[in-house]
Amino acid sequence: MKSEKDKFIIKGRAFKFGENVDTDQIIPARYLDTSDPDVLACHAMAGIDEDFSKKINPGDIIVAGRNFGCGSSREHAPLSIKAAGIGAVVAQSFARIFFRNAINIGLPIIEVKDFKAQSGDELELDLKKGKLKNKSSGEKYSFPSFPGFLQNIIQAGGLMERIREESKKGE
Amino acid sequence: MSLARNILSGKPDVDAKKLTAGQFIEADADVILSNDITTPLAIDAFEKHSEGRIAYPERVVLVADHFTPNKDINSAEQVKKVRNFAHRHGVKFFDAGCGIEHVLLTEQGLVVPQDIVVGADSHTVTYGAMGALASGMGSTDVAAAWMTGKAWFKIPEAVKIVLNGKLGEYVSGKDIILYLIGQIGVDGALYKGLEFTGQALKELSLESRFTIANMTVECGAKYGIMEVDDKVIDYTEKRAQRPYSPPPAGYSIETDKDFDDLMEIDCSQIAPQVALHGSPANSRSVNEIEKIKIDQVVIGSCTNGRWEDYVKAAAIIRGKKAFSSLRFIVIPSTAALYSRMVKEGLAEVFLAAGAVMSPPTCGPCLGGHMGILASGERALATTNRNFTGRMGHKDSEVYLSNPEVAAASAVAGYIIAPGKIK
Repeated sequence: MKSEKDKFIIKGRAFKFGENVDTDQIIPARYLDTSDPDVLACHAMAGIDEDFSKKINPGDIIVAGRNFGCGSSREHAPLSIKAAGIGAVVAQSFARIFFRNAINIGLPIIEVKDFKAQSGDELELDLKKGKLKNKSSGEKYSFPSFPGFLQNIIQAGGLMERIREESKKGE
Repeated sequence: MSLARNILSGKPDVDAKKLTAGQFIEADADVILSNDITTPLAIDAFEKHSEGRIAYPERVVLVADHFTPNKDINSAEQVKKVRNFAHRHGVKFFDAGCGIEHVLLTEQGLVVPQDIVVGADSHTVTYGAMGALASGMGSTDVAAAWMTGKAWFKIPEAVKIVLNGKLGEYVSGKDIILYLIGQIGVDGALYKGLEFTGQALKELSLESRFTIANMTVECGAKYGIMEVDDKVIDYTEKRAQRPYSPPPAGYSIETDKDFDDLMEIDCSQIAPQVALHGSPANSRSVNEIEKIKIDQVVIGSCTNGRWEDYVKAAAIIRGKKAFSSLRFIVIPSTAALYSRMVKEGLAEVFLAAGAVMSPPTCGPCLGGHMGILASGERALATTNRNFTGRMGHKDSEVYLSNPEVAAASAVAGYIIAPGKIK
């Protein structure tokens, strides 16, 4: 079990993708015949690399360009990435439905406009302090924390968890 | 005031002072929609976290349209899960063959102007054409809305789009939206709300407006909302299942300055468009492209599956045959449209041309079934996306167009302007 402090630290290797990675590439429709996260995990990023899920260690980080997750609303996309063991996605920007889906299910996503990394680089992310380090290149980056509304969802562990917490408070 | 903010400010529990870009609010949803792919995940989240009671069952609509009629055992299990859930909770459920959600809901009068519609389907933005604030979300959002009746929104920047000019021959809503996406790119309206006005909008049919609103998500928009006019009121009056209060007559954003950005589009300059494979933003005039041979044509979908779309396609292909080696697939979007196509002779026109007419389904649009492409094959479709592998093998290609270009190209065997076929 991770300590409270370690919960915000993510360490892993970078897996780099390009711009406008759409949900048909993250999880092609032929794999949408289940809602089981463990099955979806096997097909994460299958539209680009069928063997992606076999290559990753828990905590590895997807690095991408603009508009990551554009296209369909399928929550299977962030879910497959999270269930495959990816610790976070760092992109220049996210498509809006992917963004809210990731927040709602508790997959850490970070927007860093000028971030540079190659596949295989060792990365370290501190979600609480807003720091991102590329240990392979030595470059350091910072990013702003999410607005309070989103922080509440993230800290609760997801949207449903936040609603449940609030309804308990209201009782 | 923008159309979206006007709707939000009229809803209970919404603080009108918080309706500035970047603010987060929660608002009641009038319609909570999901389909056979997105509902199972919502059911999982709902059953894990709630006490099993849907706050407002009358607002919930479930549609089995993507992998239906069930394409395999796994899909059958998913639809069974949705069907059982619907019966258990007494919510509206449209089973296989009833229709494609975004054509079906408007046809059935389940959406009215000024509604807030949240849907676990990106093309939920379609209802913007009726002056509803409609946005695609995820399965957890839907589960949360079942539980509380509400959804969370980040107020986007508002962009006014003024449509001017008279449309040319064979030009319709699809060409306007493909042109717009080509101009601004697939993230050109990311996190933004698009609001449409202008003389050309007034002249557009409802069908064309639905097509435009439907594809606003393809440039990243949160919603694509349009002014309500007599055409919308007339359409709603004939169908509405609920009382509604339209915005005041003549309410227009045309001269409103309260927008973050403005775009004017002269529709008279837009030729029929084709989006080349890879992205809806690869759009250009059909007259500018080289001869691209195609193996399949698909007419239908939530984007171009309305009565006018089939009428226009039929007018082009009437009395002609689809090219000998080409698969010509026509998908009526709802059971009612299918029936009308049979009664009014459109079905015979397509069948005589060599078409395969499938039951209502999203099917091939998302590479589900009913027309999957092999490696190296090319399709021209009236659908909405053409990313890598969208309709099948990752080495297949999808091109997008309006129904008239699609019908003409089915005859020629390659992509061609409707005026050029023999």
